[in-house]
Amino acid sequence: MSAIVELWNSLHPVLQAVIKGLAVIGVIFPLGGASSLAERKVSAWMQGRPGPNRALPFWVAWVPGISLLQRLGVFHLMADGGKMFFKEDPLPGHVNKFYFLLAPVVAMIPALTTVTAVPLGAYVDEAGRVVPLILANVDIGLLAVFAVSSLGVYSLILAGWASNSKYPFLGGVRASAQLISYELSMTLSVIPVFLWINVPGGEGTLSLAKAVEFQSQPGFLGGMWFIFIMPVAAIVFLVSLFAETNRLPFDMAEGEADLVGGFHTEYGSLKWGLFFVAEYAHMMIGSAVFILLFLGGWNPLPWIPLSLVVEWLGAVSPVLTHPIIVGLLSLGIFVGKVLGMIFVFMWVRWTVPRFRYDQVMKMGWQKLLPLAIGNLLFYAAAIAIRDLQLGVAYWAALAVVTVAATWAIFANPLQKPAL
Amino acid sequence: MAYVVERKSLSLSERLYLPQIVAGMKVTLKHLFKPNVTLEYPDVRPAIPPGYRGVPTLVKDPNGREKCVSCQLCEFVCPPKAIRITPGEVPADQPQRAHVEKGPQAFDIDMLRCIYCGLCQEVCPEEAIFLQNTFSMAGYTRAEMVNDKAKLYELGGTLPDQHFKWDKKKAAEEHGNAHH
Ligand code: SF4
Ligand code: SF4
Repeated sequence: MSAIVELWNSLHPVLQAVIKGLAVIGVIFPLGGASSLAERKVSAWMQGRPGPNRALPFWVAWVPGISLLQRLGVFHLMADGGKMFFKEDPLPGHVNKFYFLLAPVVAMIPALTTVTAVPLGAYVDEAGRVVPLILANVDIGLLAVFAVSSLGVYSLILAGWASNSKYPFLGGVRASAQLISYELSMTLSVIPVFLWINVPGGEGTLSLAKAVEFQSQPGFLGGMWFIFIMPVAAIVFLVSLFAETNRLPFDMAEGEADLVGGFHTEYGSLKWGLFFVAEYAHMMIGSAVFILLFLGGWNPLPWIPLSLVVEWLGAVSPVLTHPIIVGLLSLGIFVGKVLGMIFVFMWVRWTVPRFRYDQVMKMGWQKLLPLAIGNLLFYAAAIAIRDLQLGVAYWAALAVVTVAATWAIFANPLQKPAL
Repeated sequence: MAYVVERKSLSLSERLYLPQIVAGMKVTLKHLFKPNVTLEYPDVRPAIPPGYRGVPTLVKDPNGREKCVSCQLCEFVCPPKAIRITPGEVPADQPQRAHVEKGPQAFDIDMLRCIYCGLCQEVCPEEAIFLQNTFSMAGYTRAEMVNDKAKLYELGGTLPDQHFKWDKKKAAEEHGNAHH
């Protein structure tokens, strides 16, 4: 095992980075495809159907127990992928060819680029420090993710516009309006988290790895995940995430019921497939960020950080604390959590019907945004009181203001529900 | 009479919307673990209830005799004219069918025309034609979709006879009462 580590360390840093990057892409891409299959299966089970369970390549049909995989529809993944690659790739005559071809590529770029700033796991080095597994451990982490992932909307606009057809155009316009509306609440909802992390006197950071580190501290408040500390922020972030990734119930950009296929109506075969994988990659990155910020990243349970697990493993056998094993363990925990989030995405999709477009707008601007701002104000005040140690009187004042504001919002009969 | 529908204002949990979504998610989660309600059709066939009107077939009586006497009533009643019968004599070398004068030489039902109305079964005086439980027919050509006599008997098989009409008639004749 140490030979592998040495070989790895002897490689040129650029080569190392390229290999790491390819490895991550090599995981994200198939996971995107697998999610599409999982979506079909989950939707089927929720609707009381067996779902795709037919495909079985004849050359593995003899393997005992293969029928279980067949029932799970695993081979449909290959069938779908093969279909996507080999079917005729139509290019409608009325489209703007350059931008039409550009759009799916533009969709993939942010989806795969954001991974660089997302830590995927961690290991404990000899000095006992927790080192995150990340492609680019930069301090602007979250900012990079937000900046790049919001570029994804350009692909939708490009696709909608270049298709030179009404439904895709409407889909593209809707997508852009929706993304702009929810981007705000999303960003505002994470500010309290970083206000909390960036204690005065410490080094300022927006790194996602730091956010996880913060949730792995000892003590009651230290080991608490942010979803418990800031539930409202977590909810706002999650709802905006659904909107940002164009998932149902915010499926405005596609909206099969009213827009045929939305922005990708004119697309087929691999170009359409790229949009599809990009959507799932987006979901994965989004849920990864949510998990890092609010669900403790690679820590298995609240108040049980990874380092504690490593201690336990070390008590069992010192071999188990090897960085590679710990890294794989943390990676497993993290990917497991991401897949769980993806399941939640599907679960919600097959539960909640699509909102109307005006409802989406109203919810974004009139509900989530004020909520996010109020949340930000509350935590800003709370953190100020905490850090400046202003005392009980201020806490009481904050509590009174919060209760009053909440009452004003929810008990006001004039504020008729818009939804 | 005009009346006013009272619109109840939404409760707090309804306005918050999220509890409602969670309730919905509970329902879908329950369905996730429920057994499937669909059949995997070509492997598993649905149970056909009695009285089902499937493909019309010809049946034999429990003695293995052809029941149809080629009266052509079904041909006459069939609304889309799906049935074509060529009547023929019963051959002399079949003593077990001596009780009847005629039988169909050819009996074709064009399943591209049949509307599964069941009138042929209704009208048949011999209870020789039945709409049974075959519900899927497929073929590559139009000719394949025409069931001929052999196919009709193959599909129909033998059904238990409720009346034994010809046995009774024979018994009555033996008692010297031709009109029974
Ligand atoms: S079921 Fe109706 S349509 Fe079909 S053969 Fe009989 S009488 Fe004709
Ligand atoms: S099937 Fe019945 S109705 Fe039709 S010709 Fe034969 S005996 Fe007559």
